[in-house]
Amino acid sequence: MSRVPEFAARHRPGDRVRVRAAAPPGHVRTPWYVRGKSGTVERLCGTFGNPEELAYNRSGEPRQPLYRVRFRQRELWPDYRGRDHDTVEVEIYQHWLEPVSTAEREA
Amino acid sequence: MSDEERGRLHHDMGGLPAGPVERAEHDYAPWEKRVDALMTLLSRHGLLRVDELRRNIEGLGARAYDRMSYYERWMAAVSAILIERGVISIDDLGRKMAEIEAARRQEPAA
Repeated sequence: MSRVPEFAARHRPGDRVRVRAAAPPGHVRTPWYVRGKSGTVERLCGTFGNPEELAYNRSGEPRQPLYRVRFRQRELWPDYRGRDHDTVEVEIYQHWLEPVSTAEREA
Repeated sequence: MSDEERGRLHHDMGGLPAGPVERAEHDYAPWEKRVDALMTLLSRHGLLRVDELRRNIEGLGARAYDRMSYYERWMAAVSAILIERGVISIDDLGRKMAEIEAARRQEPAA
């Protein structure tokens, strides 16, 4: 059996990542409310066909790593009235994530 | 500039005000179960992908999206996919819909 082409996982649990603030047309699995926001990789869920391609009945290959990313509610919602440490986790494909540099984190 | 002007699509409404969540269980009408079965069968036979279903539901347009019920959206999307894939033609679908309409008109009112 031939190997299904896939992208290598770039992020590890604990890494800080930012969701790209893009707004392409078409079927996109990245919710609007996390775009442009930073969070922490909680786990790698696996590698799956890219739904943006599968939506047009194409192969979805190379397959994309999918991560569960944890965000602080306070950072998503300016008027959040819950507790400071409340979080929400969203599953996001790798091509929507970029690393947050150490310099940026400490700035 | 509003989020919609920046590119947020209508279905992508996470976090917007929506009122209380309806937690009660509800029964499904027989036609709704048939739509569910149809979708499962088509998927199993490789005639439809769930991602295509989502794309077509998201492409319904805001007014249709809000007006249709859950399974009405599914049915609209399933029809669109089968036409795109060449499984049925628009003419097949139009004639069948007219046939069912006509049969229904002849039934005595319930």
